[in-house]
Amino acid sequence: MVPYILCMILFLIGVYGIIAKKNLIKIVIGMVIIEYAVNLILILVGYRSGGAAPIITSIEGASREASTFVDPLPQALIVTSIVIGLSVTVLAIVLCLRLYEKYGTLDILHIRRLRG
Amino acid sequence: MILLYGLLIFMIIGAVIAIETKDLLSSVISVGAMGLALSIVFLLLSAPDLAIVQVVVEVLALIMMLRLVVTREDVTVAHRYRYGEVFATTIGLIFFGVFIVFASIVFKEMPEFGNPLLRVSRQYITEGFDISHAANIVTAILLEFRAYDTLGEATVIFAAIVGALVILRGKGRNI
Repeated sequence: MVPYILCMILFLIGVYGIIAKKNLIKIVIGMVIIEYAVNLILILVGYRSGGAAPIITSIEGASREASTFVDPLPQALIVTSIVIGLSVTVLAIVLCLRLYEKYGTLDILHIRRLRG
Repeated sequence: MILLYGLLIFMIIGAVIAIETKDLLSSVISVGAMGLALSIVFLLLSAPDLAIVQVVVEVLALIMMLRLVVTREDVTVAHRYRYGEVFATTIGLIFFGVFIVFASIVFKEMPEFGNPLLRVSRQYITEGFDISHAANIVTAILLEFRAYDTLGEATVIFAAIVGALVILRGKGRNI
């Protein structure tokens, strides 16, 4: 249970970065940290102690090998999730660039003022 | 296992530095160190595909964040503490403590670390090679059993690229 708790602490650090920081770059970094924590906890749940990577090395011993594999389903879904996380991060960074061009600052308190 | 705990604590320290330091360049580089530690953690947890993908994605994200940080002058926000912010931070920390307590109750109900459920993936492990003829079970799941998820991933990436292009396009048409 200790790895789960450490992972939850990582998640909470990301949440703190999102809700408490005034700089848009820090908010993006908080999003990245949350993404890491969520990916990591799903892989931790699927881990078998002393387990092997889910790759079949010999056809004859396939069934014997299969009893030592870690859970491959979270791995397959997290591969998708990592790439989607990259695209979300890049979209957030592009939004930050655009906001900097328009307002000249990344402080969310100054960006908040409206221009008609 | 001691290596796993060490890497997790390293990631937590890196996250704290990335959130709290004033220099944005060191903050971005801390995120890069965290990502590389995460890929080593994936290797320790017997997920080599994830480790490779994580390294590639980390390098790309790091380049994008460096482009945001380095080419801009004076993006550091001046830091100032006010009474309300200290109060809000204190309340936030108390909330985080309560959250960890309830999360530990939930974690007791979850499968123990090291004993996965394997309810869905037992079929994938035992029959995956006969059905898909792929030696890597993760590849078999990605491209055979859950191929629609991969198609959805491609759709999301396409949408993100279109969004980034539209935002970065400069001046739009006269609207």
